[in-house]
Amino acid sequence: MNFQLFLQNLANGISLGSLYALIAIGYTMVYGILRFINFAHGEIIMLATYFVYFGILIFSMPWWLAFIFSIILTSLLGMGIEKVAYKPLRDSPRISILISAIGVSFLIQNLSLVIFGGRPKAFCQPSIFTKMVTFGNVKITSITFITPIIAGILLYFVTYLVNNTKTGMAMRATAKDFDTAKLMGIDIDKIISLTFTLGSALAAVGGIMWGLRYPQIHPFIGTMPGLKCFIAAVVGGIGNIPGAVLGGFMLGIMEIMLVAFLPGLTGYRDAFAFVLLIIILLVRPTGILGEKIAEKV
Amino acid sequence: MWNKKNLYTGISLILFIIFIYWADNNLDPYKMRILILCGIYVILALSLNLVNGFTGLFSLGTAGFMAVGAYTCALLTMSPEMKEMAFFLEPLIWPLNQIQIPFLPALIISGLVSAVIGFLIAFPVLRLKGDYLAIATLGFSEILRVVIINAQSITNGALGLKGIPKYTTVYWSWGLALLTIYLMVNLINSSYGRALRAIREDETAAQVMGINLFYHKITAFTISAFLAGIGGALQGNLIRTVDPTMYVFQLTFQILLIVVLGGIGSITGSVIAAVIITVLMEALRVVESPMTIGPLHIPGISGMRMVVFSLLLMVVILFYQQGFMGQREFSWDWLSRKGRDNEQTIGS
Amino acid sequence: MNKLLEVEDISIKFGGLTAVQNFSLDLKPGEIVGLIGPNGAGKTTVFNIITGIYKPTSGKIFFKGEDITFLRPDQITKMGIARTFQNIRLFTNLPVIENVLVGQHLRLKSSWFNASFNTRSYRKEEKEMRERAFKLLEDVGLYEMRNEKAGSLPYGQQRRLEIARALATNPELVLLDEPAAGMSPQESQELMEFIREIRERFKVTIFMIEHHMRVVMGICERIKVIDHGVTIAHGTPNEIQNNDRVIEAYLGVDLNA
Ligand SMILES: Nc1ncnc2c1ncn2[C@@H]1O[C@H](COP(=O)(O)OP(=O)(O)OP(=O)(O)O)[C@@H](O)[C@H]1O
Ligand SMILES: [Mg+2]
Repeated sequence: MNFQLFLQNLANGISLGSLYALIAIGYTMVYGILRFINFAHGEIIMLATYFVYFGILIFSMPWWLAFIFSIILTSLLGMGIEKVAYKPLRDSPRISILISAIGVSFLIQNLSLVIFGGRPKAFCQPSIFTKMVTFGNVKITSITFITPIIAGILLYFVTYLVNNTKTGMAMRATAKDFDTAKLMGIDIDKIISLTFTLGSALAAVGGIMWGLRYPQIHPFIGTMPGLKCFIAAVVGGIGNIPGAVLGGFMLGIMEIMLVAFLPGLTGYRDAFAFVLLIIILLVRPTGILGEKIAEKV
Repeated sequence: MWNKKNLYTGISLILFIIFIYWADNNLDPYKMRILILCGIYVILALSLNLVNGFTGLFSLGTAGFMAVGAYTCALLTMSPEMKEMAFFLEPLIWPLNQIQIPFLPALIISGLVSAVIGFLIAFPVLRLKGDYLAIATLGFSEILRVVIINAQSITNGALGLKGIPKYTTVYWSWGLALLTIYLMVNLINSSYGRALRAIREDETAAQVMGINLFYHKITAFTISAFLAGIGGALQGNLIRTVDPTMYVFQLTFQILLIVVLGGIGSITGSVIAAVIITVLMEALRVVESPMTIGPLHIPGISGMRMVVFSLLLMVVILFYQQGFMGQREFSWDWLSRKGRDNEQTIGS
Repeated sequence: MNKLLEVEDISIKFGGLTAVQNFSLDLKPGEIVGLIGPNGAGKTTVFNIITGIYKPTSGKIFFKGEDITFLRPDQITKMGIARTFQNIRLFTNLPVIENVLVGQHLRLKSSWFNASFNTRSYRKEEKEMRERAFKLLEDVGLYEMRNEKAGSLPYGQQRRLEIARALATNPELVLLDEPAAGMSPQESQELMEFIREIRERFKVTIFMIEHHMRVVMGICERIKVIDHGVTIAHGTPNEIQNNDRVIEAYLGVDLNA
């Protein structure tokens, strides 16, 4: 393994990691506020790619318009899912809402299978994302460095929103203490709805970039990235946005490096995330940047 | 009163056995297969309900334990020649390639292997709660699957195993289902069952009442893994092939659906729902296979069954959270209109 | 041995906050001792440390001469310390009788196997457990309610049930966290009688936190007062009533109320 190859893999890992980070934020924001795993997040990713596909195929949109169309549609969808499947269960046991999320996930997946069919479809490949670019003697496709750039911009935007705006403050208050936030006159429903919309928009961007990276789409492409990004969020410390970013990068880089340095373990690539999850949960159940909350008796 | 209830139970049991005997001699193989599957799903649903319903641990690992049970039983019951044929890429390791044992010991070993793996997995994951536990058990189930895909010389990898002897008869499946129901009813009504329910209600309070949380949780988890292993083994020796794609999360989802539909924490509910869902699963197969009605040719729509099932799950959880039974159980008192008397509950 | 419980110099910190500082206490068998102090003084925290829910930052606890400082809550209960909670923590969805039966589970001898096969020996043990539970429910006056859901009982009865559930573990020491909270004067009067009765009938030692001064002064033989985690007084009810530091800590609260 020479240095050049290492850099190549590192670039690849960072690129994949930034993608994971983008999707993980959606999980972490929802978990932060509602304390449940939005199992359907992976399916949101998958639908975003199909929206692009149909935007181009049916409405003959140029690719960039199809991307915007998909992001808007996906956001609305995320908002809708919350209204229909999660909101009525807000006062039920937490397990109910998790079961509902599992239901939504399977519903979307299989409805897509019924409507779109199981045969993989080719995702659009605009040439600016597929060009080969050379940095020194490292050769990568342009999507490899465009991904982290876009992810970085969006991460900055989200962090700014959460930390420096009134809405962001309301979000943090709601995450900290639901009931108190309600008493303080924060419109909980609006904040939750917004969280889902924003999380889904990020997932849509993540999904589109996923499609550009792995340009074959089918109804089940969302499952693995969905699970892995949840794991990234937990590893970083769920409910914590910088944590999700850190977890995303860690997972992305480690996964690529695992395959590069230990090719014998390639078959175990998808299991790696779960192994990491279990180790982290045992060593530091709150995740790397998460805070410990002791239960008061 | 108590004896009268026992009498009713005995009579129902005899009637049921007669029904099984009748079915065995009169129903066509397709219907028989559904009946056998019903029994298997009863076992699987009770396995999941023991941890999810009674102990309040949200586990999603059933598919993984089923896989362990199914592979173990298949490897123990297949003839050496069949194994040699199946493992053409890489030969099966010794001594598995020589062994062939009867069904009963193979079943028991399958359950035990699954229980041992469940026990080992429980050590790390039972420190977690709620959603975390759910995702960690799901993760373990996935890891098991990935291991199965990669352990070519034990599991035959992605090719799976074919030509497993068809040992699972209706007597095996319903015999074991009835035994499981019987043991589960006893267990749940016993002091151990009460301890598990106490843990579900309030862990801290249960612990302060002197209940060793970890010991009780890990025992429930291990029993559940044992049952899932048995269920998986029965299923493998019924459909005669196993491969890693069978044991994806969707399988766990189906069993979860049964538990939720029947009522999380009700044995009666799980049994009823297991039968309904299994029948529905087969009935809806029609929708997925191509049909020709007169001049009209409708291609099969794959995924339609799962659409129905996921809708069903959501409707139940959104509008009818109790499922059929909530946490209640069947009792003969329902018939005698004596009202409910909690001193003798389940099935007595 | 004439000391049932010895608490030696325990302290606990939550982040920067020292919730309990150098708390010590000896309990003799059969005593009723009270623990009082203003809100947030650290009383419940002392209970949580004794019962093993929190581990102290420093200090040691001995029960019947054995070090229990780092045992798990269930091990401590098994040794003979039972408790109730300030904000009642019954198993609300389980029937009253089951709440009491759960309390006896720790003394169960039968195995999982015997229970699952409902063997003769298990049936015998179950029968004995039920008889004991019935007896206990009669003693606390809840026999008629035995099949109701615990959560559906009126507040006062829930308090009694929680005490009954604690007694079911067959303890030698019972910790009561504000048993009279939310009760009318009439009800707290009855509760005092009830607590005295329990001590006689079950031969237990009682250590209780209580805000109702009438109850504390009425039945406790000794009282400890803490404020901001620090012990500020210790003595008979009479001594406490006239202690300047206590009056200061409770400024505005009439100790004779
Ligand atoms: N798990 C915990 N984490 C952080 N702080 C805690 C924890 N448990 C208790 N505290 C703090 O310790 C202090 C003492 O609390 P404690 O509940 O013991 O008071 P108390 O004397 O029982 O008050 P009250 O009369 O209101 O019941 C409080 O400031 C409380 O906030
Ligand atoms: Mg208190």
